[in-house]
Amino acid sequence: MDTDHTPQAAGTVTPPTADALPAAAPRIDCRDINVFYGPTQAIHNVSLSFPDRAVTALIGPSGCGKSTFLRCLNRMNDTIESCRVDGQILMDGQNINDHSIDAVLLRSRVGMVFQKPNPFPKSIFDNIAYGPRIHGLASSREDLDAIVEKSLRRAGLWEEVKDRLQAPGTSLSGGQQQRLCIARAIAVRPEVILMDEPCSALDPVATARIEELIDELRKRYCIVIVTHSMQQAARVSQRTAFFHLGNLIEMGETEQIFTNPREKRTEDYITGRFG
Amino acid sequence: MLQQLGHLPMGWLLIALIAVFASIAFFAGRVRAERILLSGEQSLHSRPNYHGYFVAMWALVPAVLVALAYAIGAEGISRNQLVSELPPAFDLLSDAEMKTYLDSVAQAALAREDTGTDLVFTAVTHRYLEIRGSLNIGALALMVIGALGGLIFSRRRLGTSFRARSLVERGMETVLFLCAAVAIATTVGIVTSLLYESIQFFRAVPIWDFLFGTRWNAQTEAEFGALPLFFGTFTIALIAMLVAAPIGLFSAIYLSEYAGPKARGWIKPILEILAGIPTVVYGFFALLVVAPAVRGLAIWINETLINIGLTTEPLLAAQPTSALAAGLVMGIMVIPFVSSLSDDVINAVPQTLRDGAYALGATKSETVRNVVVPAALPGIIAALLLAVSRAIGETMIVVMAAGKSARISMDPTSDLTTITVQIVSLMTGETGFDDPKTLSAFALGLVLFAVTLLFNVIALRVVQKYREKYD
Repeated sequence: MDTDHTPQAAGTVTPPTADALPAAAPRIDCRDINVFYGPTQAIHNVSLSFPDRAVTALIGPSGCGKSTFLRCLNRMNDTIESCRVDGQILMDGQNINDHSIDAVLLRSRVGMVFQKPNPFPKSIFDNIAYGPRIHGLASSREDLDAIVEKSLRRAGLWEEVKDRLQAPGTSLSGGQQQRLCIARAIAVRPEVILMDEPCSALDPVATARIEELIDELRKRYCIVIVTHSMQQAARVSQRTAFFHLGNLIEMGETEQIFTNPREKRTEDYITGRFG
Repeated sequence: MLQQLGHLPMGWLLIALIAVFASIAFFAGRVRAERILLSGEQSLHSRPNYHGYFVAMWALVPAVLVALAYAIGAEGISRNQLVSELPPAFDLLSDAEMKTYLDSVAQAALAREDTGTDLVFTAVTHRYLEIRGSLNIGALALMVIGALGGLIFSRRRLGTSFRARSLVERGMETVLFLCAAVAIATTVGIVTSLLYESIQFFRAVPIWDFLFGTRWNAQTEAEFGALPLFFGTFTIALIAMLVAAPIGLFSAIYLSEYAGPKARGWIKPILEILAGIPTVVYGFFALLVVAPAVRGLAIWINETLINIGLTTEPLLAAQPTSALAAGLVMGIMVIPFVSSLSDDVINAVPQTLRDGAYALGATKSETVRNVVVPAALPGIIAALLLAVSRAIGETMIVVMAAGKSARISMDPTSDLTTITVQIVSLMTGETGFDDPKTLSAFALGLVLFAVTLLFNVIALRVVQKYREKYD
């Protein structure tokens, strides 16, 4: 993993300001995002963009708003009644916060993997097939079989489960369940995959497998990952954004953030002085 | 003198004595513990209060035992004593006559009546009172001795290293266990008596004839084929569940998945009020409103069918009380059982599962249909089974609105009868325990008990399995 740090979209030198955009067209471009839970503001004026085919890590102490920000990207905050999101989130030039955008369709383009593995109470096969079925992605049974196999292969789970696709998803180990959830997200052919602390419930071996997988997936998708582990951010991401108290403090190449942070607060957090 | 003592208000006296001894013992224990604490350097193992509780416990146990023994045995002992002293002429009385005679003696004695005319009766009454008096004195003395003995014995044991707290804890545990044991013993007792009387009944009527016979006419002709009753019970329960299952389940889904906190805030209490309406109120609602409406509808259908020439005779029975009316109202009654239990299990489905489905681009109804309901299904099934057992055991609505004719009919507008209705009509009015008519009620009760027990056990099993899955 250590040799893998050459950033993918690193054709340009990272500009010195926190809200600067990379030169390559970003997959998602967020401008002046403010998030409120009732009267309290959770995110203050965050502008941030995510390059395609690269992993961006969001780090910061608990309660800094990184998960809330992540959930803006597929409008999962819609399911929380008191939550209000202001600002522009541009995907293909469209503001996904616009009311004309259907959150249901958006979520089929922006997949999400959660903190705790959450397989549905269905068979392994049906867990993967669920998304393609509701979106009508497969025209025949063979199609569906092919999608399920391809997704499981990409998630690195095929060899382990190919003989028991009808077993319940909950019968797998924690790490396997998490890869099942990744396969489930892949199956609806998303462009972006959001990961909210995907390894926090897993042991080190399972974590290593997921990290390998993330590195593999980076070749096809724009990935945004929230993590509490700075080693993990350093290992899997090309770009890192540091959040603190709902503000974006610093954003840049992962290597630069971890070796030569511009902000004092970033340095303090990374060296373990707070957080 | 002894006769006067026979009139002692023993209940109050015993309770007062128990209270007095318990408090004396408590203070005796605590004071001694405090003295030990003051006199020596060493500290006590338990706080003084626990020493007090310990001594009180030791005084209480013998006192309560004496009181219980008195309450259970006093009357029997004094009567036996009295009978053994009666002159030989009384041997002529049969057991039942003797019981009646003794009843009147006890009554006269306690009412302080002096009949005066019947000298023998007066003498017997006086003797009864004397026996009671000596028993009373004996009980009181025994209680004082027991309580004091317990007090003195336990107070001696107190000391610096004495573990009063542990012993009091164990005493508490015993008390709690005894309370649980009372419930269990009652259940066992009821089931045993049900079984015993049913076996008596099955001696007179073969069990096969009872379970599978199709003619029920217990009141007049001693025909005990209970199949029509089972049929009626299950038909009405089925109609009830056809109403309650969809309405209850869908309202639970609405409440837990769709309703905002405001709507939930007033709908849920209203559903709970539905559960609080006495069944007898549902009963006259069924009888006065629903049954006539069902009848009217059935008559209208009959006339229409005849008018358009599909039939020449009325198709439906259209009776003033009907299985449909009772079933519909019973369905309304069990809605809250289905909805509140289902609501609980749907809420117990982890939010992460819903998030997972939403994140895949599932709509709300897709999420509910494909993820939430399947995840909650075992719990929902359990809720439905509990509602079924409730519907089967329900009595008041069917007594008022289902009718009394034992028949097997597929027509829901005809009147049917149920197990519970028949039990009510068998047990009210003239009853005798040697009569198969009365005994058949026990057999019906046994069947009812077995069926509801079965449903409840299955429901509990299903819930247990479900719990293991998400913890």
